[in-house]
Amino acid sequence: MERPSGNSQRTSAAFLLLGVSIFAASARAQVTPQRLLDSGKEPQNWLMYSGDYAGRRHSALDQVNTSNAQGLVPQWAYQTMAGGKFETTPLVVDGVLYGTGQDDRAFALDARTGRPIWQYQRALPADIRPCCGRVNRGVAILGDKVFLGTLDAHVIALDAKTGNVVWDVAAIDYRGGYSFTLAPLAIKNLVILGVSGGEYGIRGFIDAYDAATGERKWRFYTVPGPGEPGHETWEGDSWKIGGAPAWITGVYDPATNTTFWTTGNPSPSNRGEGRAGDNLYSNTLLALDPDTGKLKWHFQFTKHDEHDYDATQVPVMIDQGDKRLIVHANRNGFFYVIDRATGKLISSNPFAKVTWSTSKDVDGRPALDKNGSPTPEGNRVCPGAAGATNWMSPTYDPQTKLFYVTAREQCDIFSTAPQPYEAGHAYYGSAYFPNDDAAPFWGALRALDPTSGKLKWEWKHPSPTWSGVLSTAGGLVFTGDAEGNFIALEARSGKVLWHFQCGASVYSSPMAFAIDGKEYVAVAAGSALFTFALP
Amino acid sequence: MSTKTKTTNTLFCVSLFSCFLGVLALPLFAQEKNPFAGSAQVAKLGESQFRANCAFCHGLGARGGGRGPDLTRAQKRHGTADADLFRTINEGVPGTAMPPNGATQQGVGMTEAEIWQVITYIRSVEKKAPPAAPGDAGHGKVLFYGDAACSTCHMMEGKGGRLGPDLTAAGSTRSLDYLIDSVRNPSRRLAQGISEAMKEFSQEYETVTVVDTGGQKFQGVVLNEDNFTLQMMDTREQLHLFEKGKLRSLEKTRESLMPAYDEKMLPEKDLQDILAYLRAVGLVNGGAQ
Repeated sequence: MERPSGNSQRTSAAFLLLGVSIFAASARAQVTPQRLLDSGKEPQNWLMYSGDYAGRRHSALDQVNTSNAQGLVPQWAYQTMAGGKFETTPLVVDGVLYGTGQDDRAFALDARTGRPIWQYQRALPADIRPCCGRVNRGVAILGDKVFLGTLDAHVIALDAKTGNVVWDVAAIDYRGGYSFTLAPLAIKNLVILGVSGGEYGIRGFIDAYDAATGERKWRFYTVPGPGEPGHETWEGDSWKIGGAPAWITGVYDPATNTTFWTTGNPSPSNRGEGRAGDNLYSNTLLALDPDTGKLKWHFQFTKHDEHDYDATQVPVMIDQGDKRLIVHANRNGFFYVIDRATGKLISSNPFAKVTWSTSKDVDGRPALDKNGSPTPEGNRVCPGAAGATNWMSPTYDPQTKLFYVTAREQCDIFSTAPQPYEAGHAYYGSAYFPNDDAAPFWGALRALDPTSGKLKWEWKHPSPTWSGVLSTAGGLVFTGDAEGNFIALEARSGKVLWHFQCGASVYSSPMAFAIDGKEYVAVAAGSALFTFALP
Repeated sequence: MSTKTKTTNTLFCVSLFSCFLGVLALPLFAQEKNPFAGSAQVAKLGESQFRANCAFCHGLGARGGGRGPDLTRAQKRHGTADADLFRTINEGVPGTAMPPNGATQQGVGMTEAEIWQVITYIRSVEKKAPPAAPGDAGHGKVLFYGDAACSTCHMMEGKGGRLGPDLTAAGSTRSLDYLIDSVRNPSRRLAQGISEAMKEFSQEYETVTVVDTGGQKFQGVVLNEDNFTLQMMDTREQLHLFEKGKLRSLEKTRESLMPAYDEKMLPEKDLQDILAYLRAVGLVNGGAQ
């Protein structure tokens, strides 16, 4: 990236200020696979959706901390001027911020000022079928390109300096109900991403593309075809429209060369009739070889799901002594601790109100109660269809050793609504309604002990929020609320230290970066991206 | 098939061009008439779509809920013709909780054909004529502004109090059951207040009592609030805007400030008269806007 001369000196000084030793010149180079592996060495940058390959959404920056957070002030805002939910987590690489917006916008900004360097918007066909909003959650970066998955199911490489389209590949015909909404994950020379469309009777998959050419290297179908293991978990031809999308970004363990991805609901989402069986690999944690797409192991959180309990929450890799864990706060209300070498369940405990399961199966995982299924008249079940949490990112703070997650307390009435499958059309087989309780639904930021899922503290939201959580080495966690506040809390105690009213609900997960030694925290809210720093 | 622009200027031109295209294209393509009108088979498909996309607010059977109006009424507040319904579903209703097609977390975007299916379903459950009003609207009005004292807190057509919801349109948008329940048992399901554009749930008419740092006490309804601030109206219709951290105390209850009108306070016949008045005013004010 070309920048005014003398900048690298300032950057070096910044690294000293931040107490980070790094060879400054490397920060000017392209984003190599090695830099992605070593993302912890350059905390001034945010190189991938969750900040690092472990999925921790933790920033090692500590300039903004518990003693000065109350002094945070806005630095700049960038307006997409688009309606709908603004779900991006931007990346920052060497002073340039890369974000995405509604309707497949992408943009590169001067991260210090918010001024655009380039802007891109895809000309989408009129008949795209995005479930739940025309949203996008971000790009991946590798080499001199950024990568975008689009609502018409294309994968696009944009030149990082100009926004020019370098390659554009159709992953599949979008008219079958397929789309991309997640930020891809770059591993080695590959760009990996999973498809959305669980409400349209798709057959889900995870793809890997050669970052240089766009050539597809492998596809892992999340619904096994005839002859493949797991195919027997589907009744008749139901596998063909079995759903199991993979619409949240995965994580990567370089030590074992394993990439972990989670999948969503089987189709139709709330009606099990016609798809008898466990319905692998819906609502599952998948351990894949990133070079080949071969499955190493799998762990299914919710078998034969009838409540739309997608497992599309970012799994987080945590090491404790010699234990290599992967933990998952699941939409179904349970916090799972899993051995990431074997996929064996270590523990599963509720972190929100749960009524669908009061027993465990032979493998020790929560099992559906007999009376938990939707009925024609409607059956009250907690959590509701939006889940105890959802796609908003959790964070793991290595300093407090706590896991922070956005929780939602809402029970719904689940009823079946039998419906024929028609290609490309919404296919729920169900309907759900908020229950008729007098008290309103609410949410909370919860700090959990990641070994047990036990609650350490919570900060209540007056209504449920779709904001994710960021932790920083300054002893802080940041989150947003549905009322439009962006909030900094003390990570140890949950005490609120600062808040800013953004003017519209937060539907995104925050991140942090630094330029010339100055730490910024960024969050998308309404149709604007906001940044904050000390004066 | 992509648009990329290097400068904001070009982007603006492109956007403006698309806007013009959009404005020109809509009247050309949007149908005025339901192509599936009267088809029982399509109404069945529409019911599936309705349950998935609409019932969350408008209730099973389209009979309305706390959030969305009763759609089984022949007269619709935002237009009754096919083209009106299509527009309302596709574009939403600005200033209300009704979102544009596909913009919410609940449900998916519907195609044009699916919207017509939903309209076909709504037509199939519509009551062809409004139920014969047993009440006397004229007497209802007298009660509303007189002995029943509704107007102390509620406004109709610009006249009345401010503490409770404006009821001008209630007679056309709320189901009879909902209205009766709201009078007889107002605390069971609090009325809904402000809906913010991106917020899932509307503010409710909760009762709040605060004491400020000077020891002054205020009681009234919550107009809006978040974790840090409160916007309220007290029983004397004064607005108060507080930072919660600077209050001596704040108590909220879901016991409505509105008294529960039992049979003694409001005999059944008088209730029917007031409902007839609400319906009469609602019908007049219920046309397309």
